[in-house]
Amino acid sequence: MKLSRRDALAALAGVGSASLAGCSGDGSASLPVDSLVALAETLYPSAASGHREFVETYVDGRTRGRPAEREALAETVADLNGVAREWYDSRLPELSRADRDSLLHEVGVETAAPRRDGTLAERVRRVVDDLLYAFYTSPTGGELVGTSNPPGYPGGTASYHEGR
Amino acid sequence: MSRAPSGRADLLVVGAGPAGSLVAREAAAAGHDVVVLDAGPRFDDEDRTERMAAHLRPDEGSPWPRDPERDGYTTGGRPYPLAASRVKGVGGSTLAWHGMAPRLRERDFELRSRHGVAVDWPLSYADLRPWYARAERALGVAGAADGAEGPPREEPYPMPAFPPSASDRILAEGAEAVGLSTRTAPNARNSESYDGDAACVGYGTCRPVCPSGAKYTAERTVAAAEAAGARVVDRAPVRRLRVDGDRVTGARYTTPAGEHVQEAREVVLAAGGVETPRLLLLSATGDHPDGLANSSGAVGRYFHDHLFAGVGGRVDRETRQHHVGFHTTESHAVYDEADPVVGIKLEFLNDAGPTPVGVALSDGSWGDELADRVREAYGGHLAVGALVEQLPDPSNRVRLDPETVDDAGDPVPRVEWSLDSRTRRGIERANELQRRVLEAVDADPTWTVDAETTGPAAHQMGTTRMGADPAESVVDPDCRAHDLQNLWVAGSSVFPTGGAMNPTLTIAALALRLGSRLADRLSGERD
Ligand SMILES: Cc1cc2nc3c(=O)[nH]c(=O)nc-3n(C[C@H](O)[C@H](O)[C@H](O)COP(=O)(O)OP(=O)(O)OC[C@H]3O[C@@H](n4cnc5c(N)ncnc54)[C@H](O)[C@@H]3O)c2cc1C
Ligand code: SF4
Repeated sequence: MKLSRRDALAALAGVGSASLAGCSGDGSASLPVDSLVALAETLYPSAASGHREFVETYVDGRTRGRPAEREALAETVADLNGVAREWYDSRLPELSRADRDSLLHEVGVETAAPRRDGTLAERVRRVVDDLLYAFYTSPTGGELVGTSNPPGYPGGTASYHEGR
Repeated sequence: MSRAPSGRADLLVVGAGPAGSLVAREAAAAGHDVVVLDAGPRFDDEDRTERMAAHLRPDEGSPWPRDPERDGYTTGGRPYPLAASRVKGVGGSTLAWHGMAPRLRERDFELRSRHGVAVDWPLSYADLRPWYARAERALGVAGAADGAEGPPREEPYPMPAFPPSASDRILAEGAEAVGLSTRTAPNARNSESYDGDAACVGYGTCRPVCPSGAKYTAERTVAAAEAAGARVVDRAPVRRLRVDGDRVTGARYTTPAGEHVQEAREVVLAAGGVETPRLLLLSATGDHPDGLANSSGAVGRYFHDHLFAGVGGRVDRETRQHHVGFHTTESHAVYDEADPVVGIKLEFLNDAGPTPVGVALSDGSWGDELADRVREAYGGHLAVGALVEQLPDPSNRVRLDPETVDDAGDPVPRVEWSLDSRTRRGIERANELQRRVLEAVDADPTWTVDAETTGPAAHQMGTTRMGADPAESVVDPDCRAHDLQNLWVAGSSVFPTGGAMNPTLTIAALALRLGSRLADRLSGERD
């Protein structure tokens, strides 16, 4: 199922960044988009597609006007790429999906709690959680698990009483 | 903004929740000088969506900041979760509330006459009926007059009802099989745009925060009061009332910058069911050694709440949970029964089971594995909840705890509370009905909230009870303290009994009635 810009805007609306999302495009230069897209491909179910537009729009909107947030994100991704290079000789975008998955496990992301100034695992967990939040509060993410109007997405007041 | 006092006001209101803001709006609209002091801050509208995001992420706690230094409390008996049961700030606890807005039923005003238990209200349903209609307009209630078994209404709801949900339709089959009638749940939530506020758009997070403004919060009433000329001061907790003989002259309050006294001709306490009695107890003087308005000894006593009872289960059908965050169907079928004499309102939940994002952020995994788990955890949930009445008991009470003090050095409130056997039987009866409804639709029960695991519904009632007899009650049927000429109370602390209906519509009806009478009284004083 294809993720769209509309999905990203919906997810953004759900974190209070909707007003910033309209001006997507410029200003995303310093974001490690390729690596974040690679991460999203690993984090989202294989049935999802359209990661690039979704991630670009979401992350840009989410960090726009919040330079410290942007910097922390770039630094965490750079550190994770550093480890990827050490252990797998490549950065995230060049790794296979399976290797990215192993890398996240090996860094300890599965059991880490999200923390902004924490260990690498905790910082990566924060990025992972944000990408998962975006996905599971978007209409397409919701559809993939059985709801067209997941909490956090203002999907109107028809869907709750439709159906059998 | 300046938090310094105004000159002597016509009316001082303590607390900017629905109770205080409705009284303030009525008096200000009649041209009187009104000052409202609230202990908590004003919350910016702009942050609402971020608060929702914080709520949806597990482990981020309440989206409404709590301040344990300012809001300390202790408990005795069954632990009462006070911090989670109120919000301090402009708008009060309606910032977090669910927005369910039923009227009490006729029976609720007449427990002593009908069943020989507790007390009658000194008012009847008929006395409150026109005020209920006004309250429904003030809060913006969407509903349908479809319940066969009353209580009688004189006019339609201000907005059309939200239709029953997909899961309501499944549960209604079960209710019918068990012989329980159902009805539309009234919601203080916009089913269409209302008075300039947007219609509900289905964020599904009403409790504890609605990002769209479709759910009523008392911020709306505060805005209306301010537009009518009232002055509303935030971060201004009142520490003591000042008295001279049988009149209150004003209140001492603190602000981030210092301490002040606001004088006023009339004073309304609307600080919620715990802080209102606490303030009366803290304000003891030589003439009023047991606290203000307390010659009956009833201040702080008869504390009661509604108890939650519920059973949840799963079916192999699409139940569409969490599309919206409010109930659309309820049942009053056993409410008026007498075995036991305990009101029970059954509610069909639309938010049973976990949310997709909640599972996604607490599981740890990712990819297909996570999506499988989210799908498995999310689908097919059904649940029937209930509010169960607790009758007032003088030993359940709010008192001062001299052992623990707040940020100003004042004793914190101590909530001493326990469950009696009648309430337990009511919870058991609710559970039995809930199980039967679920079984009738072949749902496998997965959880039960019973008499052991129950908790309060955040409706603090009874602590300044209303009555005709000054020896037995704190305020008279007009909500004026028996002991003081110009001190009034708005809020559920005046409820002699609380039925099993969420209290805020009744709070609003009483507040509008009080506001209108105070407006007339002040006009009389002025003439
Ligand atoms: C999670 C939750 C869900 C709820 N759901 C429902 C529902 O669905 N339906 C329903 O009817 N009710 C519901 N309620 C209850 C409802 O919120 C309350 O009944 C209602 O807000 C009470 O109104 P109030 O104005 O009396 O008190 P509050 O709304 O609590 O406001 C009191 C105000 O007084 C202020 N204050 C306290 N002490 C002082 C002081 N010393 N000086 C100055 N100010 C002070 C506080 O800061 C606060 O702003 C819910 C409550 C919670 C917490
Ligand atoms: S579902 Fe609840 S939170 Fe969402 S818009 Fe409607 S009232 Fe607000």
